[in-house]
Amino acid sequence: MISPSHRKRTAPAASDVVARRTPALDPAKARTGIEGFDAITHGGLPRGRTTLIAGGPGSGKTLFALGFLAYGARECREPGIFVAFEETAKSIVGNAEAFGWGLPELQRKRLFFLDAQPNPDLIQSGEFDLSGMLAALGAKVREMGARRIVFDAVDVVLALLPDEAAQRREIYRLHGWLVALGLTGLITSKAGEGEADFRNKPPVNFMHFMVDCAIVLNHRVALSVSQRNLRVMKYRGSGFDENEAPFVIGTGGFDVAIARTPGRKDIKVTQERVSSGVTRLDTMLGGYYRGASVLITGFPGTAKTTLSGAFAEAACRRGERTMFFSFDSDSGEVMRNLSSVGIRLDRYVKNGLLRMVSARTISGSAETLLVHIKALARQHQARCVVIDPVSTLAKTGNELTAHGVAERLIDWSKAEGTTLVCTSLLDEMNGQLEGGTPLQISTIADTWIHLNYLVQAGERNRGLSIIKSRGTAHSNQVRELLLTDAGVTLADIYTAGGEVLMGAMRWEKESAERVASDVAEVAGKLKRVSLDAEEAVLQVRAKSLQTELLAKQVEKTLLARTTHSRKGELSRGRIRMRELRGADAATARHK
Amino acid sequence: MSARAKFKFRLYIAGDTRNSSEAMVNLTALCRDHLPSRHVIEIVDVFLEPQRALADGIFMTPTLVKLAPAPQRKIVGTLSQAQPVLEALGLTGVA
Repeated sequence: MISPSHRKRTAPAASDVVARRTPALDPAKARTGIEGFDAITHGGLPRGRTTLIAGGPGSGKTLFALGFLAYGARECREPGIFVAFEETAKSIVGNAEAFGWGLPELQRKRLFFLDAQPNPDLIQSGEFDLSGMLAALGAKVREMGARRIVFDAVDVVLALLPDEAAQRREIYRLHGWLVALGLTGLITSKAGEGEADFRNKPPVNFMHFMVDCAIVLNHRVALSVSQRNLRVMKYRGSGFDENEAPFVIGTGGFDVAIARTPGRKDIKVTQERVSSGVTRLDTMLGGYYRGASVLITGFPGTAKTTLSGAFAEAACRRGERTMFFSFDSDSGEVMRNLSSVGIRLDRYVKNGLLRMVSARTISGSAETLLVHIKALARQHQARCVVIDPVSTLAKTGNELTAHGVAERLIDWSKAEGTTLVCTSLLDEMNGQLEGGTPLQISTIADTWIHLNYLVQAGERNRGLSIIKSRGTAHSNQVRELLLTDAGVTLADIYTAGGEVLMGAMRWEKESAERVASDVAEVAGKLKRVSLDAEEAVLQVRAKSLQTELLAKQVEKTLLARTTHSRKGELSRGRIRMRELRGADAATARHK
Repeated sequence: MSARAKFKFRLYIAGDTRNSSEAMVNLTALCRDHLPSRHVIEIVDVFLEPQRALADGIFMTPTLVKLAPAPQRKIVGTLSQAQPVLEALGLTGVA
C-alpha cells in the first residue's frame, strides 16, 4: 500500500497513470483503502458527509466500516471513532485481528471504540433520544481530533424507539450532528431484503433519503456457491459505477472486484517474446508475447498440464518469478508427474522462484478464486502465472459469474504485464467442440493452442494445433506432441490419403522410408562395384587386344618383308633359270 | 425493604431538551408521591459534562440511575409511564 505522502508526490503525474490503480485523488473523497471500492466511487466515501451501508446479517457491513476507519487512522492521519451498538468493541477488534490492521496499536491514539450496546436489562419508560451519546462523542471527537466516525448497527438502538416518527427524529439528530462536526460518517444498518429494504422498510428507507451515499451489500447463494456483491445505490455529487461489484472477504479484509472501466488507458504492449518451453512450439509460434494470455484447451489427458509445466520451467530458467496454480491435483503430484517427462520444477520451488499452489484448498465462488489468485500472484511478484485448469472457475454454481471472472483475470494479467498460461478442460461428454470453451475466454485469449487425440489404428495420439495466435505468423499444421523422458517435443506428422498419421503409423511410415532408402543405397553400391568390375575386365581386355594388335602388326610387317624378299628371290631365280635355260627373255618378262 | 431506606438517584439529562425536561418533572413528581423526604436527586447535564457521560456509559438521554438502595438500576426515558418505573424501583408494594 502506498503511503499518502508518497501518493501526493506522484499526484501531478497521475493523469498518465492507469486509472484503476490510483483513482484520482479527490479532496472531496475519503479513501477507504479498499482498492476496488475506491475505484468504483472514484476515490472513496464523500468527505464530511454521511454514508449508509446496509445489508443482511454477515454481509460484511462491520468489516467494511472497520476497514474504512483503520485505513483512515493508519494511512490518512484521520483518527476515527467506532460506535458499536451491537457487538462489543472487544469482539470486533478480536474478529478483525486476522486482517493485520494493527487495531490494538491504533486504538492507543487514533482509534476509539465506544461500547454503546443497549443493556438487555434496560428499563424503558417514555421517550428518549441520543443527545447524551452525541454530546459524549462530541467531546471525544474534539479530544482526539477525529475525522471519521462509524455508527455500527444503528438499527439496534433505533428499534428501542417507540415509533417511526421518533426513529426519524433521532436519525435527523444524528445526521445534523455529523454535519455540524464535519465528520465523514458511516452508518451501518441491517437490511435483510437488500435493495428492497431501501425502498420500503423503515428505518432504512428514510436513512436512504437522508444520506449522501448509500451502499448495499448482498450475500447470495446460487447453486450452493456463496457470492457477495456490493452496489453503490446513490452518491450525491459524484459519478460512480452503478453495477453490482462482486467482493470477497480475503486475508487483508474487503476485496472488491472492479469491472473494466472504460476510462482505463490501454495497456503497454511489448514485442518481447517468451519461450513456451517447447523448442519446436516456439518455432511454430515464435514464442508467446510477454504479457499475453495463452489458452491451452484439450480433453483430459492431452498433456495440458505438461505443456503449462514446460512453460513454467522455461520461465524459471530465465530467472522469472512464476506462480503455478493447480486446481486439479496436489502441487507435489504435479511436480512428480512433470518430472517423469523431464520437467524438473522442484529446484525452482526450492530456490523460491516458483511457487506452486494447490488451489484445491481454496474453495468458493469464481470471484473468491480470482481474488486469491490475484493476491497470491501479487505477493509472489510473479511475472508468469499458470492456472491449471482455468475451467475450474466455471464449476457448478459459478456459470453466471465465471465468464466475467475469466475476463477480469485476463484484464488483470494484461494490466500487470503478467504472462498468463491457462489450461481449459473440454468435456468430451458434453460434446464441446473446438469452437467453444466453457468460459468463452477463447475469444479474449491471445494465443489458443488446442490439444486433441487422434484415434487411429488402435492408438490414441496427441495432436497439437494452434487455433489462433494474435499478431504472430504461425504454422497451420497439426503436430504430434511427444512426451519423452527427456522432455516435451513436437514431431512432424505424415499425411497419407488425407489422413494424418501419428504414433505407430507415423513410426511405421518413417521406418519404411528408412528401410527403402537403405536398400536403395546398398543397391547403388552393388551396382557400382559390378560396374567397376566390368570396367576392370574391359580394361584388361583392351590391354590384351592391344598386345595382340601389336603382335599382328609385327607379324604383318614380317610377312610383308618375307613376301617381298621371296618375290625378289623368285624373280631372281626365274631370271637365273632363264639364263640357265637360255629361253626367250622377252616372253618370260611378258608373263 | 426498610421504609426508611433513602433513595439516591442520578438523572442524566441533555440540556433543556423536551425529553429531559419531562423526565425531571416526572421524577420530581414520583419522588413527591412515593418517596417524600427520603430521596436525593443528582442531575448531570451531559452537554456540560460529556466526559462523565462517556465514562458512565450513558448514551440515551434522559437516563435515570438508582444508585441506592442496591441493586443499581438504570431506567431510560421520560419516566412518563409510572408503572414500569415503580416496578424497577421496587415501590409497587408501597403504593
